[in-house]
Amino acid sequence: MLDDTKSDKILVEVRDLKMHFPIHAGVLKKRVGEVKAVDGIGFDIYEGETLGLVGESGCGKSTAGRAILRLYDITEGSIKIDGHEIGATPQPELRKMRPTMQMVFQDPQASLNPRMSVAAIIGEPLDEHTKLGKAEKREKVLSLMDAVGLNRDFANRYPHEFSGGQRQRIGIARALALNPKFIVCDEPIAALDVSIQAQVVNLLEDLQEEFGLTYLFISHDLSMVRHIADRVAVMYLGRIVELASRETLFADPKHPYTQALLSAVPEPDPWLEEKVERILLEGDVPSPSNPPKGCNFCTRCPQVMEICREIDPLGQEIAPGHQVACHLYKDTEESAA
Amino acid sequence: MADGATPVLNVRDLKTVFKTRSGSVHAVNSVSFSLNPGELLGVVGESGSGKSVTMMSLIGLIPSPPAEVSGGGIDFGGIDLLQASETELRAIRGARIGFVFQDPMTSLNPVFTVGYQIMEPLRKHMNMSKAQARVRAKELLELVGIPDAERRLSDYPHQFSGGMRQRVMIAIALACDPEVLIADEPTTALDVTIQAQILELMHELRAKLGMAVIWITHDLGVIAGIADRVLVMYGGQIVEHAPVRELFKHPRHPYTRALLKTVPSVRGERAERLEVIEGQPPILRAEPSSCSFAARCPFAFERCLAENPPRFDISPGHDAACFYDFESGAPRASVQATSVTEGAIHAG
Repeated sequence: MLDDTKSDKILVEVRDLKMHFPIHAGVLKKRVGEVKAVDGIGFDIYEGETLGLVGESGCGKSTAGRAILRLYDITEGSIKIDGHEIGATPQPELRKMRPTMQMVFQDPQASLNPRMSVAAIIGEPLDEHTKLGKAEKREKVLSLMDAVGLNRDFANRYPHEFSGGQRQRIGIARALALNPKFIVCDEPIAALDVSIQAQVVNLLEDLQEEFGLTYLFISHDLSMVRHIADRVAVMYLGRIVELASRETLFADPKHPYTQALLSAVPEPDPWLEEKVERILLEGDVPSPSNPPKGCNFCTRCPQVMEICREIDPLGQEIAPGHQVACHLYKDTEESAA
Repeated sequence: MADGATPVLNVRDLKTVFKTRSGSVHAVNSVSFSLNPGELLGVVGESGSGKSVTMMSLIGLIPSPPAEVSGGGIDFGGIDLLQASETELRAIRGARIGFVFQDPMTSLNPVFTVGYQIMEPLRKHMNMSKAQARVRAKELLELVGIPDAERRLSDYPHQFSGGMRQRVMIAIALACDPEVLIADEPTTALDVTIQAQILELMHELRAKLGMAVIWITHDLGVIAGIADRVLVMYGGQIVEHAPVRELFKHPRHPYTRALLKTVPSVRGERAERLEVIEGQPPILRAEPSSCSFAARCPFAFERCLAENPPRFDISPGHDAACFYDFESGAPRASVQATSVTEGAIHAG
């Protein structure tokens, strides 16, 4: 196989995706508003690549990941996976698509059934979607355990007998069981210790190469995203504020939020750390049920202008493959056109 | 010690064992360290390394049973905290030693106003009147950068955001002007942009108030930016101790070296592949009779499995508990096994 596993084929295409959750209040549970967790996001993911989706808690990154796999009935928008539009597909019909798209969850403690053995957990998707015989199934489960670096002898043990890192391997093996093309990894290493994080990240990279997987890697850990992702999208309050290749985003961030976010990451090197110029943001993230008028970031932006409080900036391409939603770059768009 | 300052806190041979029905867990094994006035001592380690239990054991915050805390003594301004009665400890906790914990939501009481909770230590420890305490509480909220302090005093914890709640916790911890502040993963539950705000606040507060701080974290980036000296913990022991720059430049314990390599950076070189520490941290069923890192260590040899390495002096203020000498690139000669326990020097 050629070493270039990335292709030009778009595997996942998301357009104007919205996921609003209703807020009910009062005795009659009247609908009084909605939490705009994801409020119109769009991007492509190429086959074989890893798209990093970063942002702080509450920005909607996990909701976006779940919505793309249609774990929710989305409010609006289009999702195409491997050429199939699934944005409006009813859940029973979605079952046929499920083997193609899988998920690895943050908390392996909560996402593994404590009453099922490892073999049963990894084998469950096979029961649901294939007609393998008992022996075939066992063989498949054991080979999956090999693939994720779990000892075959532990197939009959239960999740509580494993450490956090090993449990995450079980979750990954389960996601791999149906030979998916696309896996959403939702903070897969957030609950793990530093020394174990590296093990799991390396495993995800190996599996990507071996099986030609495409990842949406959701994380708040910018240094890990810089390591694993090919391209990175930054979310703030339900929107994507910037999307660029890994090199561009980390070397030359354009959106004031991306700049502040990157500057806030502590550097594990006292000499470099001393030179980091921090952009400290004031205040807190506004509530997604009541986002500010104009740009979502205008309440905290160090470079806020008049127009930002009035008009919501649209995402625009300021360089090939580099999208920014910010009024600071209006001129670039016009002069480039 | 070299700098001549009398430490505010001096811990010798601290041990904490949890006795449970399914056996005992030796969470802290002979930990010795000292804290100098005004310095920030960083404590790094992964979950289960004993960093939190060590600090909680210091001031009697570990329920006993199931825990048993023993050791050679904890000297805090002439008082041995291990011998102190519960009444004496109570007079120290929250007054002379302040705390900030990881999760501000669970450590603040949801049914009392923030003002009440800041005033509580002031009234208990400083015998202030209600009016005096209220004035001081407002000052404290201003000190930790909470806008509109006067009005916020009558708000409840749920009305504050995570970062603001952590500021309230810091205000409570600083209320009685403590000599020592123990901060246990105070920024772990916060987002990076909020973490940056709290770290900035900490720099300001230290410059203003000059208290000594013990900062527990698993984040080497935070340590690099905030600590003066660092203790690295693994398996309930201090495996390396050094001034912060010395630690990052010349790590002398294989665990520290590996840990520094596994953390990716957002600014420096980007490694194609992350370095990995194979295996799992130990489960501390018994007091260690060998090096607790030996099973994961690429440098381990026979001696590491036979003896628990003491802390060897590397240079002034720098020691590492490892039989392998990275200077010479060979195992240490047996004669060299004179352990440094800085605490022992200050006995009595």
